[in-house]
Amino acid sequence: MTRPAKTRTSLVPALYVLFVAAPLYWLLVTSFKTQNETTLGLSFFPVNPTLDNYLYILTDPGWSSGFVNSILFVSLNVVISIIVAVPAAYGFSRFRFIGDRHLFFWFLAARMTPSAVLFLPLVQLYTEIGLLDTHLGVALAHCLFTVPVAVWILEGFISQIPRSLDETAWVDGHGQVSFFVRILVPTIAPGIGVAAFFCFMASWVELVLANALTTTDAKPIVAVLFRAGGPLGFVHLPILSAAGVLTIIPGAILVFFVRKHLARGFSMGRVG
Amino acid sequence: MSRANDNTGFFYTLPALLVLMFIVVVPIMVVVNYSVQDVFSGNIFIWAGSGWFEKTLTSPEFWATLGRSALFTSLVLAVEIPLGVFIALKIPKSGWMATFYIIVMAIPLLIPWFVVGLIWKVFADPAIGPLGGALAGLTDAYDLNNPLVAWMVILLVDVWHWTGLVVLLSYAGLVAIPEALYQASRIDGASRGAIFRYVELPRLRHVLLIAVLLRLTDSLMIYIEPFMITRGGPGTSTTFLSMDLIQTAMYQFDFGEASASALIYVLIMLTLSWALFSALMKRHD
Repeated sequence: MTRPAKTRTSLVPALYVLFVAAPLYWLLVTSFKTQNETTLGLSFFPVNPTLDNYLYILTDPGWSSGFVNSILFVSLNVVISIIVAVPAAYGFSRFRFIGDRHLFFWFLAARMTPSAVLFLPLVQLYTEIGLLDTHLGVALAHCLFTVPVAVWILEGFISQIPRSLDETAWVDGHGQVSFFVRILVPTIAPGIGVAAFFCFMASWVELVLANALTTTDAKPIVAVLFRAGGPLGFVHLPILSAAGVLTIIPGAILVFFVRKHLARGFSMGRVG
Repeated sequence: MSRANDNTGFFYTLPALLVLMFIVVVPIMVVVNYSVQDVFSGNIFIWAGSGWFEKTLTSPEFWATLGRSALFTSLVLAVEIPLGVFIALKIPKSGWMATFYIIVMAIPLLIPWFVVGLIWKVFADPAIGPLGGALAGLTDAYDLNNPLVAWMVILLVDVWHWTGLVVLLSYAGLVAIPEALYQASRIDGASRGAIFRYVELPRLRHVLLIAVLLRLTDSLMIYIEPFMITRGGPGTSTTFLSMDLIQTAMYQFDFGEASASALIYVLIMLTLSWALFSALMKRHD
């Protein structure tokens, strides 16, 4: 007699959690160490725990403006992505039109285009039209990764809603805009949450485009980190670690908020 | 879900389409333009025709890099897909443990790629990292100047970074399977293996294709992690496609050659994605 899967406990996920946690733990303890301690050898707890590394980052304008810049373009990207993705997802979900299948593929294909291919021509394009080193420029460039994923996730959520919702809204006299803003968006709010989470994630972690398209005004925190701790210069490891910890916090907070809908976001609709 | 036959559906996709055209199609046109010319000092263009393509396609370095990337991607898929499915099968379907595991699986996905490189550069370092220190203490063979070790470390980093995505996708597929199907197969006396083979695996097909699609294209273009950890070395043993491309364009200023290689990569990507996408869409039309 086989037992139901849910009552079986297993070592494997627990071991995997340890595997995920170990390098993160090391990052965390390093961020509380002094520079001397990291060069003296391995210590699994900070001997003289210090908050100086965090204070240094939070008070240094170069570092803190990096955080502000990242938050700005990521938020802008989430807003743009959701605004263009909701109608597109609605179109794919509700209508069968000529070339819809191919169009859906080209949307996904955009997501597959390597940023190593795009960044040079994008720098030139942005220089011509004045988008270089602006938050809007980075936000638009990141739409490359975020719009396809947002369309895909939202399409799944919209397909779960019966067509009668649309029809009732037309009968009630809602126009297109009114229908989207007052009826559709509140109905698929969890889907928008999950899509926004994935947009945030894709835009927050990216470095190649964000670094290439900015010089000073919109420099993201990852690029500041990259300058300070590129492959050759590990000048101050505890400060780099503290900055690393700080870059993980926004994502960790967000994942906590969407935890219930996260798995669902993938499992529905056209390709789920 | 029945969909209306109505071409006005296209207009809903227009805003998203315009954004993607601006960010993808316009730059690709610039790349096409470069790929058939010789560029000097950024503003002198000489027609080169198919010269750069011929040079790229006959260069042993190009094929070696492509081979390395293909091998790396194969290893990534061979490890991450089975491991991800296996972990997803072992995660409870509900309860606080399920939520806890979901959050843990998502966390590596949320860390900036550069920080992932930084974390592992330190963690695997023989002098200042616990893993590197332990392995170096166990065996003299642990040396990042050994190509095999460098590969193992980068593969380990990728597994750490991305297996969570496969777990999340598989888990989403698994929780969507109705409990009635499990009950029916238990009544039929199906073994655990048979349940996986005939109940779970067929229903995971779509999420797994998506996982393969995402991991395939992303791992082919891996850049930051090897750049941080091995700088593409020792020699060129961990130089993958993206790094090769960026080096040709940024450090050698061979825009023509870099663009020709870039277009070849894009074509490879598109072919692979289309094959997987077609398999994915079979269920629908």
